[in-house]
Amino acid sequence: MSNSANQTVNVISGLELSSSPHVHSKFTTQQVMWLVNLSLLPALISAAVFFGLYQLVVIGVSCAAAVLSEIVVKIIRKSEITIYDGSAFLTGLLLGLIIPPNFSLTSAAIGSAFAIIIGKELFGGLGFNIFNPALVGRAFLQAAYPVAMTTWSKPNFAVDTVTSATPLAAFKFDKMITGIEPLIIGNVGGSIGETSALAIIIGGVFLIGIKIVNWRIPLSMILGLILFGSIFWFIDPIKYPNPLFHLFSGGFLLGAFFMATDWVTSPYTSAGMWIYGLLISLIIVVIRLFGGLPEGVMYGILIMNAFVPLINRLTHPKIFGEAK
Amino acid sequence: MTTTFKGGVHPAEMKELTSEKPFEFLPLPEQICLPLSQHAGKQALLLKKKGDAVRKGEMIAEPDGFISAPIHSPVTGKINKTTSIITLTGIRSEAVIINRSDIDEDDLMEPLNPVTVAREKIIERVKQAGIVGQGGAAFPTYVKLSPPPDKKIDYVILNACECEPYLTRDYRFLIEKTEEVITGLKLILKAAGVLYGIIGVEDNKPEAIKKLENVLRNEENISLKVLKTKYPQGAEKMLIKAVTGREVPPGKLPFDVGCIIHNVGTAVSIYNAVVKGEPQINAFLTVSGLGIVEPKNLIVPVGTPLKNIIDYCGGIKENAKKIVAGGPMMGFAQFDLNSPVTKATSGILVLTGKEAPGIKESNCLNCGRCLSVCPLDLAPTRLYKFSRFDKFEEAIDIGLQTCMECGTCTYNCPAGIPLVQWIRYGKRKSSALLKQKTN
Repeated sequence: MSNSANQTVNVISGLELSSSPHVHSKFTTQQVMWLVNLSLLPALISAAVFFGLYQLVVIGVSCAAAVLSEIVVKIIRKSEITIYDGSAFLTGLLLGLIIPPNFSLTSAAIGSAFAIIIGKELFGGLGFNIFNPALVGRAFLQAAYPVAMTTWSKPNFAVDTVTSATPLAAFKFDKMITGIEPLIIGNVGGSIGETSALAIIIGGVFLIGIKIVNWRIPLSMILGLILFGSIFWFIDPIKYPNPLFHLFSGGFLLGAFFMATDWVTSPYTSAGMWIYGLLISLIIVVIRLFGGLPEGVMYGILIMNAFVPLINRLTHPKIFGEAK
Repeated sequence: MTTTFKGGVHPAEMKELTSEKPFEFLPLPEQICLPLSQHAGKQALLLKKKGDAVRKGEMIAEPDGFISAPIHSPVTGKINKTTSIITLTGIRSEAVIINRSDIDEDDLMEPLNPVTVAREKIIERVKQAGIVGQGGAAFPTYVKLSPPPDKKIDYVILNACECEPYLTRDYRFLIEKTEEVITGLKLILKAAGVLYGIIGVEDNKPEAIKKLENVLRNEENISLKVLKTKYPQGAEKMLIKAVTGREVPPGKLPFDVGCIIHNVGTAVSIYNAVVKGEPQINAFLTVSGLGIVEPKNLIVPVGTPLKNIIDYCGGIKENAKKIVAGGPMMGFAQFDLNSPVTKATSGILVLTGKEAPGIKESNCLNCGRCLSVCPLDLAPTRLYKFSRFDKFEEAIDIGLQTCMECGTCTYNCPAGIPLVQWIRYGKRKSSALLKQKTN
């Protein structure tokens, strides 16, 4: 008796004394970020298949530049190195997927460093940034390298009739409409990782399935795009493209599943997600149909990012039991 | 009708460790340590002094005020000394050390017939027996048996959800002591003057559900409600919502929506007090976790040191990381194995590092996983930020005081932020502020 009592007394000195809850769900920030990275694998494969292996080098450089930039910032700020959480890598990966094929390695690295340093760390690092860092990086590249950012390569299996322009540009400037089938498969011009709707949907559905991505954001964006796209299509089907073309062309699906759903920069209330998604799509349709640019996904998301704190505040749920 | 509430989480149940193990009596300890504060409200007043002889079942401390309960000796012996201890829930309390003698003498109350006993007599007996709620808050039960006359009560709901992982005590009650549970519920109905009783059980207890359905076949005014297995289904507000569809507003009580809730264990204690004349001198608890050699369901005298219980269950394994009194979601980590079990202790868990990982904290990602699971529709991340930066007024505005501290948000936070701990801090700090203001 006394012997075993002594043993237990010894053991207790090493016990942890934190407060409840003592158990935890299986998701940690680190696991989540790496799962999102993993879910981009189909898009990565489609990039290599349609635009060549060189794209993997560009993406690799983008990822490396993002990770290195974060290390440098953390060293300067004398704070803990957090690259293992996978978020810097994810920013690099996403940026690599939304630039044109055969992009210069230097420019990719600069864009990626901008995304991390200005888009993320300047605000205080992961969790404190207002705008999606990868899109901040892309916006910077758009301003710094306007020509390179609109120079598109032909996909590998393109038939002669397909121009090297993106389907959205072809429609905007030449009223040429691309068929849905190549849009779904991805054998069209566009940013490295955004052309294959199929590859993006596989990754996106995976993220929704494991409950990392909340389905409300992609769904509200898709419904919004179809709704606003249809309104104009009904008004003038010659002048405006059909809603399915809207849906499968450009960076819409990549934006809907991977950019707008970024936890840090999207609303956390259910009603807020609907408002946010619908308004992003409204901006996209307006820019695509009436703006000077063929595409509007980046602007749609960045603009709505700025409204997230307001949306969260306005859509706050009523406390349980309060008069509804 | 709803069979659950919105939000909540589903942690690994781990009930299989003990669900098939019937209650065992713990051998009587040589010495027990009886805290005088085993209930919400004021600590009881000690009636004995050092050297006095006490008998099993004898009242040794009387209630002090409306919300207080008497304490009875669970063993026959002699008072060794009085001392001051920290209870399992972290409250400082005066305590009496009793050395057990081998004389087997008890001092129980007169048994009453549960069918003919008068309403007032039940309430009086529950009060005399020192029964406190066994759902966690340890509120003196007799107070809940006498609702204010201006409140119309429609239902007495018996809480058999047992939504905390690991715990199987209530499940064993339903299986082994079905009659006691039902009779206990009938006594509550009679005492409170309520017509209908409902037993709420989670659907992960099919055996208990079958047993109850059989017994309840001939009962007209008691029904069974099978609920979705989800934490915190056993929280009062969540249970009322799931069973009746009613929502208890912030700051209000179950009384206000016509309900009274009691734990299954409380019903058994009421049965024991009325039918056997036994005051609440035993605790029924689950001893479990991957860090204990032999998990069990036990009946132990109140005041038994944790050490005796752990030794009886084969001791602690080498990889044990934490000892918890209560469930893993709301229980209290322990640092002293001499600490005694109280009337409301529902379990002793020995958790390993695998079960209680202790996630490293990182920045809030604004992911909203805490909001989506909060059963009370609060915004834990905002409450946490306001509390952390001492903005208590803002926190109160968005419902700080409504939080029931179930820990669901913290369980689900991928960044490992101790949300509920900060909210608790905010609640304590701001209630001190509120007090200051009124003074």
